[in-house]
Amino acid sequence: MMDLLQIFLSESFWAASLRIATPLIFGVLGALMCERAGVLNLGIEGIFVAGAMMGWLVTYLTGSLWLGVIAAALAGAFFGLFHAILTVPLGLSQHVSGLGITMFATALMSFTYRTAFPQVSTPPRIEPFRALDIPVLSDLPFLGPVLFQQTALTWLALLMVALVWWLMDRSALGVAIKAVGDNPDAVNAQGLSVYRLRIGAVVAGSALMALGGAFLTMSAFDAFFFGMVNGRGWICIALVIFASWQPGKALLGALLFGMFDALQVRLQTMAGAIVPGQVFLMVPYVLSIIALILAARKADYPRALLQPWFKGQR
Amino acid sequence: MTKRFGPVTAADHIDLELGRGEVLALLGENGAGKTTLMNMLFGQYTADSGSVHVWDAEGREHVLPPGQPQAAIEARIGMVHQHFTLAENLSVIDNILLGTEPLLRPGRNRRAAREKLEALMAESGLVAPLDARIRELSVGERQRVEILKALYRDVRILVLDEPTAVLTPQEADGLFAAIRGMVGRGLSVIFISHKLREVLAFSDRIAVLRHGRKTGEMVTSEADADAIIRMMIGEAHDAPERTAGTPGETVLRLDTVTIRPGRDSRGLKEVQLDLRRGEIVGIAGVSGNGQSALAGVLSGLLVPDSGAIEVGGERLTALTPRLALSHGVGRIPEDRHHDGIVAAMSVAENLVIERLGSADVQRRGFLRRGAMAENAEALSAAYDVRGPGIHSRAALLSGGNIQKLILARVLETDPAVILANQPTRGLDFRASAEVSRRLIAARDRGAGVILISEDLDEILSLADRILVMHSGALVETESRDRASIGQLMAGHAA
Repeated sequence: MMDLLQIFLSESFWAASLRIATPLIFGVLGALMCERAGVLNLGIEGIFVAGAMMGWLVTYLTGSLWLGVIAAALAGAFFGLFHAILTVPLGLSQHVSGLGITMFATALMSFTYRTAFPQVSTPPRIEPFRALDIPVLSDLPFLGPVLFQQTALTWLALLMVALVWWLMDRSALGVAIKAVGDNPDAVNAQGLSVYRLRIGAVVAGSALMALGGAFLTMSAFDAFFFGMVNGRGWICIALVIFASWQPGKALLGALLFGMFDALQVRLQTMAGAIVPGQVFLMVPYVLSIIALILAARKADYPRALLQPWFKGQR
Repeated sequence: MTKRFGPVTAADHIDLELGRGEVLALLGENGAGKTTLMNMLFGQYTADSGSVHVWDAEGREHVLPPGQPQAAIEARIGMVHQHFTLAENLSVIDNILLGTEPLLRPGRNRRAAREKLEALMAESGLVAPLDARIRELSVGERQRVEILKALYRDVRILVLDEPTAVLTPQEADGLFAAIRGMVGRGLSVIFISHKLREVLAFSDRIAVLRHGRKTGEMVTSEADADAIIRMMIGEAHDAPERTAGTPGETVLRLDTVTIRPGRDSRGLKEVQLDLRRGEIVGIAGVSGNGQSALAGVLSGLLVPDSGAIEVGGERLTALTPRLALSHGVGRIPEDRHHDGIVAAMSVAENLVIERLGSADVQRRGFLRRGAMAENAEALSAAYDVRGPGIHSRAALLSGGNIQKLILARVLETDPAVILANQPTRGLDFRASAEVSRRLIAARDRGAGVILISEDLDEILSLADRILVMHSGALVETESRDRASIGQLMAGHAA
């Protein structure tokens, strides 16, 4: 019990929670934007891979981390556009298209990696984002290590929470996006384009998702390897429901998952001799499922989610 | 203006004029062409011939380009649809402002919009809570939001499509008072309805449509209710000779069946109905008055809140589809494409889908394809179901042939009760005559038939007894006179 208390009091636990939550924050925000507009994007897992791979590759080739970030976002936008064209004007099944995008993106990235580095056995490394060192703030007790010694991408994620919140709750564009996910007829009746709004939201949301992938290769690690996304995209799809499609709650959900994961690692070292490690690996997922069950009861789905809309039909 | 859909002329050379500050009522039954006409006005449909002319505030004439909704919006024409176009997850003010604010400008100044809306609400008497979400509002409030949405866009012409269909009488009175006030300030209103009483009380002028034609137009103050009803439901023409049935014992009884009105339905008010062998009971009424609830109860899809159903010698509180079938209720659904067939399955499969357990369809869990095919060949020939063949998908059949397939499936089991809900809607003359003939033949074999129809001609030509449905209540009428049935349909007491 004392040990557990010690974990919760340690700076490193909270710092790790936020670090682990970062890719999820990007992912949940991205999924939230797509779904608010009425499009489920199951391409998220593949888009994570694309962001991880392209961000890392461009950084490796150019030496510029920020060019890598831009490349990751563009890769995400590309796959998002693909998904949007298939599901919005063409009205194909969002599930099938999304899973297809995931498989396609994952395979294409493996192919690109193998083509670019046919001979290597250990993946080439880049110089990743380093922890910020802000004078005074970084030296604060507790808050310093937890908040102000994170990397720039973590801060970008927190900034995005504020930005998406402002967009969705405080801008005319956000009102239109939410309306198009609830009742596209209402949007059409006001002379706005349902297709443009939906495609735009999916493309922007997918770019955000890709940044989550980029965080993995450019901040959490320093190289790309297969399987590194490891279901984080799927977790985001669940967390959006937990978050009731609200950016603030999305942050909360991602942090909660990050905490469970950070806790799991520490429990393993604490009690690993008694209980098999796999049990602890399970903890964040089990706790997430429980949290989801509790939250999803009153989940308030966008009414037009999954429903294709065609011009000229009522 | 004229609009054809395939062989059907939905609007046939209709002329309509609307003056400034005038309320024009557009009256007609379902399918009379009211909505088609308004959709052409709004550019939702492109007219086959004819044009829309609008005079602006300075008296200049503009011809609206056909097929462009944006042109109607720019000419400051607003429409309140019967089915609201509101985003339920957004606030009232967000819904009203949607489309009026530039999307990409970062800042947003809503003070002016709010002031304008508050002034509008004070002026019109149509009040809605601006910051509440649509989903928290009642139907009446939602409609006020729709009208405010149009007024906020400074419309000069407002079209209301059956505005009172979903309102309580009090809400309807409030709405009319508010609209009267706005008309006094120069707004022009077109008001679509099939409620005669409302139209007489509220409009300045009435235009009546029937089967896509304008059958009459008059100033309301000089209008005569009987004349309007004749225009709406047609002059009596030579009804086909109807042979009387020979009613036997009761096969179905509804005993004070009640369904509380829900969000989308009128519900049923203590419906009392006796159906005997060898008779066709016709249920007349304007659609949306509880017919679908009645059909739902009889086909086992809706559970009544109270009351009982006696069928096949048993007294039940509710039917299920399985009970309906086992108690000999044959069902011809209103939406034959959606509820009548499984479109992706073959004609042969659709013909046996209600009796998959019977011995001539399956043996020990294996379908008897050969027997099914024989059955399908025989029934297709007997009922003249034409299509690409019994093994092709039912989706490939035309509407008339789908209806014949359903008739074959229902009638072959020789049900004691037949529920025929709008059985000839959308069918051409030959197919509908065939349906009528089959229903009479079933009656003569001893079945009791409940015929729900909006087409009074059909009821008059087939039914042995006539009941009229209005606001969920069922009233029997001895009369076979169009005008008095029409009065009942419009909600007047006999």
